[in-house]
Amino acid sequence: MARMKFLCDVERCIECNACVTACNNEHDIPWDMNRRHVVTINDGRPGEKSISTACMHCTDAPCAAVCPVDCFYTTTDGIVLHDKDLCIGCGYCFYACPFGAPQFPEGGAFNMRGKMDKCTFCAGGPLPDNSKEEYRKYGRNRIAEGKLPLCAEMCSTKALLAGDGNVVSEIYRKRVMNRGGSMDFWRWEAAYPGEEQG
Amino acid sequence: MRTHVKPIGKSVIVLIAFILIALLSAFAVRAIQAPDVNPRSDYWGSVREGVRGYTAVDFEPHEILIHNGGEIWREVRNGLIANIGPLIMAGVLGAILMFFLIVGKDKLHEPKTGRRLNRFSLAERLLHWTTAFFFIVLAITGLSNLFGRAVLIPVFGQGLFAAYMQWALWVHNFSGPIFLILLLIMFVIWVRDNIPKKIDLVWFKNLGGMIGKGPRPHAGKINGGEKAWFWVMTLSGIAMGVTGILLDFPLLVDQGRTILQTAHAIHAIVAIFFIAASFGHIYIGTIGAEGTFEGMWRGTVDESWARQHQDLWYEEKTGKSA
Repeated sequence: MARMKFLCDVERCIECNACVTACNNEHDIPWDMNRRHVVTINDGRPGEKSISTACMHCTDAPCAAVCPVDCFYTTTDGIVLHDKDLCIGCGYCFYACPFGAPQFPEGGAFNMRGKMDKCTFCAGGPLPDNSKEEYRKYGRNRIAEGKLPLCAEMCSTKALLAGDGNVVSEIYRKRVMNRGGSMDFWRWEAAYPGEEQG
Repeated sequence: MRTHVKPIGKSVIVLIAFILIALLSAFAVRAIQAPDVNPRSDYWGSVREGVRGYTAVDFEPHEILIHNGGEIWREVRNGLIANIGPLIMAGVLGAILMFFLIVGKDKLHEPKTGRRLNRFSLAERLLHWTTAFFFIVLAITGLSNLFGRAVLIPVFGQGLFAAYMQWALWVHNFSGPIFLILLLIMFVIWVRDNIPKKIDLVWFKNLGGMIGKGPRPHAGKINGGEKAWFWVMTLSGIAMGVTGILLDFPLLVDQGRTILQTAHAIHAIVAIFFIAASFGHIYIGTIGAEGTFEGMWRGTVDESWARQHQDLWYEEKTGKSA
C-alpha cells in the first residue's frame, strides 16, 4: 500500500494561495475556515520562502493520541481521518497539533466549538464513499475516485506534491539533482555536520 | 647608471611565483571541495523552533508553521497526569480505608443530650449542597474526559461513550463558571471563621483527638481540619476556575495554544489533588465522625457532639463550660 504524503518544494512555492482556494471550493469549506494555509517566512525580506501547509497525516499523530473519544483513525494509505459523529469539539487535537491543522466552526451558545474539521487528503471520512452525507461532513472523496488531492493537482508551479511518499520523494530528489546542488534540505548541517548532502 | 640584475635574483622571483601559484591553487581546490553551507539552514532551524511567519489566512495559530508546545502538552497529559493521577487518587482512598480499618469511626463519647445547637443556616446549607452537587458533576465529567477513553470505551463502545461525552463536555463547560461563583460566595461568607490560628496547629498534632489517647485539642466553630479543607477548596477552586475560564472561552483574550496547553495542564493537575482531598472531606463528614453530617444536613448538632469536637464554640454558644 502507498504511504500518502504532502511535500511542498519551497524553491517553487510562490504564495499564490491557489491551493487554499482550490481546497475551500472542492470541499465547500465554511467561511472563516481553511484546511490549508500558506506561511511565508521572512516575508518582504531577501530570501523569503513560502510553504503550503495542512494536516501532515503524521504516523504518530498527536491529535489522535490526545482525543478523549478516540475519533481518529489512519487509513491503509496512511491518511489520518476522523469521525465527526464521534467528535465532541473539545479542542484537544488543536492543542496538540504542531501545524495548526484542526479547526472548529463556531457552534451554539458562547461560541462553543463545533465538530473539528481538517484536511482529509481528499479522502472523505468513515461514511460511504462520496455519499451526500460524506460530502457534507468531510468534503469530496477524490481518493475513492482514483484522484489525488486537488491542492497539489492545481498547483501552478508544481511546488505542492501529494501522493505516494516514494513517488513524491523521487520527484523531489530529481529536482534537487537538476538544480545542481543539494542545498535545500532543511537543517542538513545540524544533523550531519561536515558531511555533504548526497 | 646601469641596472644590473643578478642571475640568482631571477631564480628567487621564479621560486616565489611558483610557491604563490601552488598555494593559491591549493586554496582554490579546498574552496571547491569544501562542503557548501546551506544558506537557509538557520532559518529553517528557526522555523522548527516555532518562529512566526506571515499567512494570508485569517487564523492566528496558522502564522506559526511548527508549534512545539503540543508535544510537551501531550506528554504531560497522556504521560504524567494520566499515569500518576490515578495513583494519587487511589493512594488517598487507600489511606482513608486504612485509617477507617485501623483507627475506626470517631464515635460520640457521651450519649446524645437531645439539646441541639444551630450550626449552619438554611442558606449556608443550600450553598454547600449546591456547590457539592456541581463539584461532583464536574469531577465525574472531567474524569470521564481524561480516563474515559481507557476505561469507559471498552465497556460502552465508542458511539455510546461519544454521545455521553458530548453531553458531559457541555455540562462541564457550563457548570464550571457556576461552581466558581458559588465557591467565591462560600469564601466570602465563611472566610471569617476560617482564619488560621495557633490552636489549629495543635489540632493537627493528633488530628483532633482521633489518633492516640491524648486529650482532645480545643477548637472553635471551625477546627483545624475543616479550615485546612476550606483553604484547599478555595485555592484549588480559584486555580481551577481561572484556568477553566481560559479553556472555556478561548477567544476571551485570544489565548494562543501555549496558554491553553498550560491552562489545561494546571487544570488537570489541580483537579486530581482537589478530588483526592475531597475524599477526605466526604469521609469525615459522613461516616468518619459520628454526628457531623447532621450539622450540614439538618443544620443543628447535638450538644454532646459540640462539646467533643468544638468545645470553644460550645462554650460560646451555651455559656456552659465544656
